[in-house]
Amino acid sequence: MDLLNALVAFLNFVFVPAVAYGAQLALGALGATLIYGVLRFSNFAHGDTMAFGTMVTILFTWWFQSMSITAGLLPTALIALPFGILCTALFVLGTDRVVYRFYRKQKANPAILVIVSLGVMLVMNGVVRLIIGVEEQNFADGGRFLISAGDFKAATGLAEGLAIKSTQAITLVVAVICVAWLFWFLNRTRTGKSMRAFSDNEDLALLSGINPDRVVAVTWIITAALATIAGVLYGLDKSFRPFVYFQLLLPIFAAAIVGGLGNPLGAIAGGFIIAFSEVMVTYAWKKVATYVLPDSMAPDSLLQLMSTDYKFAVSFGILIIVLLFMPTGIFKGKST
Amino acid sequence: MNRTFLLFLGVAALYALTGFFQSWNLALSILTAVLPSTIIALGLNIQWGYAGLFNTGLMGFSALGGLAVVLVAAKPVAEGWDAGGPGILLGLFLGAASIAAAIFGWNHMEKGRARALTVAAILIGGFVLFRWVFDPAVMAVEAFNPATAGNLGGLGINPLLAWPVGGVLAALAAWGIGKVALGLRSDYLAIATLGIAEIIVAVLKNEDWLTRGVKNVISLPRPWPVPLEVNIQTQEWFINLAAAFGANPVTASSIFVKLVYCTMFGTVLVLLIWMLERALKSPWGRMMRAIRDNEVSAEAMGKDVTRRHLQVFILGSAIVGMGGAMLTSMHGQLTPTTYNPLGWTFLIWVMVIAGGSGNNWGAVLGGLLIGWLWLIAESLGPSLMGMVTVGMGDGPLKAHLVDAAPHMRLLTLGVILLLVLRFSPRGLLPEK
Repeated sequence: MDLLNALVAFLNFVFVPAVAYGAQLALGALGATLIYGVLRFSNFAHGDTMAFGTMVTILFTWWFQSMSITAGLLPTALIALPFGILCTALFVLGTDRVVYRFYRKQKANPAILVIVSLGVMLVMNGVVRLIIGVEEQNFADGGRFLISAGDFKAATGLAEGLAIKSTQAITLVVAVICVAWLFWFLNRTRTGKSMRAFSDNEDLALLSGINPDRVVAVTWIITAALATIAGVLYGLDKSFRPFVYFQLLLPIFAAAIVGGLGNPLGAIAGGFIIAFSEVMVTYAWKKVATYVLPDSMAPDSLLQLMSTDYKFAVSFGILIIVLLFMPTGIFKGKST
Repeated sequence: MNRTFLLFLGVAALYALTGFFQSWNLALSILTAVLPSTIIALGLNIQWGYAGLFNTGLMGFSALGGLAVVLVAAKPVAEGWDAGGPGILLGLFLGAASIAAAIFGWNHMEKGRARALTVAAILIGGFVLFRWVFDPAVMAVEAFNPATAGNLGGLGINPLLAWPVGGVLAALAAWGIGKVALGLRSDYLAIATLGIAEIIVAVLKNEDWLTRGVKNVISLPRPWPVPLEVNIQTQEWFINLAAAFGANPVTASSIFVKLVYCTMFGTVLVLLIWMLERALKSPWGRMMRAIRDNEVSAEAMGKDVTRRHLQVFILGSAIVGMGGAMLTSMHGQLTPTTYNPLGWTFLIWVMVIAGGSGNNWGAVLGGLLIGWLWLIAESLGPSLMGMVTVGMGDGPLKAHLVDAAPHMRLLTLGVILLLVLRFSPRGLLPEK
């Protein structure tokens, strides 16, 4: 019984939150890695693209709520999501037309593109703060729990409860659909294949008649969609604050680098590696240990490796380990 | 009349206009706050401009400078030291020693499972030992009078000394991060420095025994020649001096203190530029530019590119740390919550890019100009937004726009950066 309780506590406090967080990071890292693969630079504006998409979605959510359009048990934000994606895609295509295209035609050094993306980041950050402000926004509505801790205890008779928030379940379902669609798109469709060809070898792709403008535009649209979805899921699960989204840049890039920059499969693996390490390192294991160990060995301390204030240190530590021992990442991305 | 001189004259005019139309006190306080940022911009300029290294962790290195001021200048807390000082030092030493032992083991053992297991055992054992010694000591230190102390304090000596110490701390951090991230893709350094900056600021915010965390370390002493306003207001020579200018002693004392700061910061700035210009014109400077312009050919000429990059990265970060220490010693307090990457890192980037990367005078010009814009917008922004929205009726939209005026600064900063990169990528004062 104690072992079962320990397992349930582990699932409740570590596994379920880490899976949801990992799915959000994976979607974010997929967007960053796609831009890297096709456009060949690290997009520092990615976190703020997520914030922008989430902001638009929140505005639509409020509008729908004011007209009493809701999705019943599901959050209203899911209805608003397509509109958020549309606006973000248009905005991102606009920045590409006004800003990035000029440097692409010049074949500018990737470092210049990174600085340019810093400029875009500042602009997007300013726009988001101007429109919605810096305060925290909660926009989740609909059913709170798929399984609540109380129901679980009553059904199983265990001392520990297992709660699964509906936002966590939605995160996982949406992420699986997105990833399945993305891989189908990249591997089976003509446009997707041309994107991969462009990423592998630009010159050969151009020689074989691939239209680079189309590939770039499609990449931006997919990235905008992934960023908005990742941002909205994160915001539903936790809450929306522009600055937190900027800070997500570090775990997202760590995930993309761990998996191998430019490699979509790696981005997903990286997202889950970062999320699980972060949650496991910052979780206080006392509860689980008390169930597993005999009473005489019960721990006094919290058994927390690191306080949650240092969660960025975890992504950073993993990043350092990867840079030291396998700079191309687990799935062999691009290193030069 | 060359371009450099005219542009500097123009910036000087901006400060003078602020003095005439607002107040000289405001103009001077902007200048005292901007000069250290200009020094930070110089540090970034030698990293980005000389070597093309992408440092997005300026906030962290400046914060280390701020930490140096606390460690050097704050009064020691004797009770705190008695309670846990040796324990904390021993804990830190054990932690560092186990990392060193792990690195030594990794480098000197035969590759294989035995090496991996030994290194892992050293690291895990070291971590347990570190926490076992460190945690109780920290608890003991923080338990002493947490409302006013709860920390170890510093050495209680002249904060002027903290400036080079800040440079050394930042240099050490830069060495560690450069060892790992240099020699790989250029973006890896950008992401690694972004991370280390977040972590350094998190440490300052949470390690109460070191910096009192969010409770802030206040009333740090002034660096040596700078007097306290209240002390000079009563001096006879000063009252006479103020009377000669026709100013009241209270305003005059505040202006006098700022002038002293400006002179000190200005002296450091001029010395730094002189040294950096000498270095740039030396064979070392030519080599750095050759490496930046074509790494492959420089490597073919037998230059160790990664080593040179590490060198210039450390040097630049040391200057950034020094600038950070100067800012903290001027404010007289360390407030970890004020460190944010937008104002501390990206503002400096705009300074360097707009001024002219690779040109030290350009970085200074950009620093003075963008710094002025940033701070003047802080005081003028809300009233400007009030003027723009004057035709609107009072309502939530107008209130929202006036409240949001500070965020216009970020937007403007981003637009300036993009415009400069597009239309004048070499900046106001291009590299010769």
